[in-house]
Amino acid sequence: MKRLLILGAGTGGTIMANKMRKILARDEWAITIVDQHKTHYYQPGFLFIPFGMYNRQDVVKPKTTFIPLGVEVIFQEIERIDGAGNSVLLKDGIALKYDFLIIATGTRVVPDETPGLKGPLWHKNIFDFYTIEGALALAEFFKTWQGGELVLNIADVPIKCPVAPLEFVMFADAFFVERGVRNKVNISYSTPMSGAFTKPRASKVLGALLEEKNINIIPDFYLEKVDNEKKMLVSYDEREIPFDCLITIPVHKGDAMIGRSGLGDEMDFAKAHKHTLQSDFFPNIFVIGDAGNFPTSKAGSVVHFQADVLTENLMCAIENRPFTESFDGHSNCYIETGFGKGALIDFNYDTEPLPGSFPFPGIGPFGLLKETRMNHYGKLMFRWIYWHVLLKGKEMPIDSKMTMAGKKM
Amino acid sequence: MAQKVIAGVTVDVNEEGYFTNPAQWTKDLALAIATEEGIALTDKHFAVLEFLRERFSKGEALTIRSVGNSGIIDIKGFYGLFPGAPMKKAAKVAGIPKPASCV
Repeated sequence: MKRLLILGAGTGGTIMANKMRKILARDEWAITIVDQHKTHYYQPGFLFIPFGMYNRQDVVKPKTTFIPLGVEVIFQEIERIDGAGNSVLLKDGIALKYDFLIIATGTRVVPDETPGLKGPLWHKNIFDFYTIEGALALAEFFKTWQGGELVLNIADVPIKCPVAPLEFVMFADAFFVERGVRNKVNISYSTPMSGAFTKPRASKVLGALLEEKNINIIPDFYLEKVDNEKKMLVSYDEREIPFDCLITIPVHKGDAMIGRSGLGDEMDFAKAHKHTLQSDFFPNIFVIGDAGNFPTSKAGSVVHFQADVLTENLMCAIENRPFTESFDGHSNCYIETGFGKGALIDFNYDTEPLPGSFPFPGIGPFGLLKETRMNHYGKLMFRWIYWHVLLKGKEMPIDSKMTMAGKKM
Repeated sequence: MAQKVIAGVTVDVNEEGYFTNPAQWTKDLALAIATEEGIALTDKHFAVLEFLRERFSKGEALTIRSVGNSGIIDIKGFYGLFPGAPMKKAAKVAGIPKPASCV
């Protein structure tokens, strides 16, 4: 028996387990998936929790629900990958041999990278919403908060879902307007980038939206430390931002195990080819999603598009053929803009988000790079699609390669 | 493609003045660009520039944090060398394209 070993049972690992189990002969290939946690979180839902739109039950399901029959699941911490020995050492000392390995261990927030961030104010006046604990603590805080300086800070890039911080401040605007206290809440958006978003045309459109909503953008702010006593953010060039409530997007890193295994960059993101998804170090190791150092969004849509490419290329590697598929960096994100509206962007490594209609040129139903009600419904519908279609590796009517059809230059 | 004459040499640049062909870079050009930016280059500056050029040639991401982890200088010091927007300024002086902010 040969073995395909998948590390991580999040979005990427689960999709790949489903896709590969359908393709690989059961009498020839064992598939094993390893993860340390038993709960699958619908991470796009974390954004809705602080504003009371979703609760915990809306975003959790057991991981085993999504793993197909014929895939062995091991809940165990991973100690290290031994690429030269084709094996993975688990925490309890067991070594798993593999013929092919998929790394899908994701990314994590590391507030400890920034002095003072996890100080006395942590989860009292300082919250993250990229973890379930942070999102729930913030929901409690917002229930009774009387207003003041609300500051969102992105500590560094890359981050998971680069539009989520924008959505957060637009939701916050709507939330405090609806509660009649918007005049008591100042909202600021501080980022190490030069504008609201990473790509110029989207940055312009989104920046204008923030301005319209009276959200103050503080660009080129690179966070050094948080002064808990003075309730102040301090940048490396010694600028200061006072806050009463800080929403932090902490520094992101890959899994520490990637670093221990010598397969990553200095932030523990696994180094892999951005088109083939093959590891830079071993030909029988592949990387998918946030775990990798790919220069595209760390987002579920990217994982979904990569999964199609990875399925093809993994089969090429298994059958000793040249790679037939190439990942183009395709990313597609709904952006909640508050008050029941949303925007949508679609882009790849080389093409920035453009206006137009999606997925059917000229028809939509979704509008690109503009605010519509339909886009908001698209985002809400997506949760159902995620649980029932996407994780199970079923076909969706969106091609993994970005298309220019329906886009306006 | 735009061109610019720096210290008597014609180089290919984009609309923001970043080199589009890093092979055209020389230390003399770096000194001239730095002067335009109001920076007097020291050996420390050059060590950082070489580090960035090396990383760029390997196709690795250029981030402020990676300079801070380089062993050449810490992030605070990097800001001291290239005040304001260190990565953007350093990339311009190093003769490499403007770092695409990660998405």
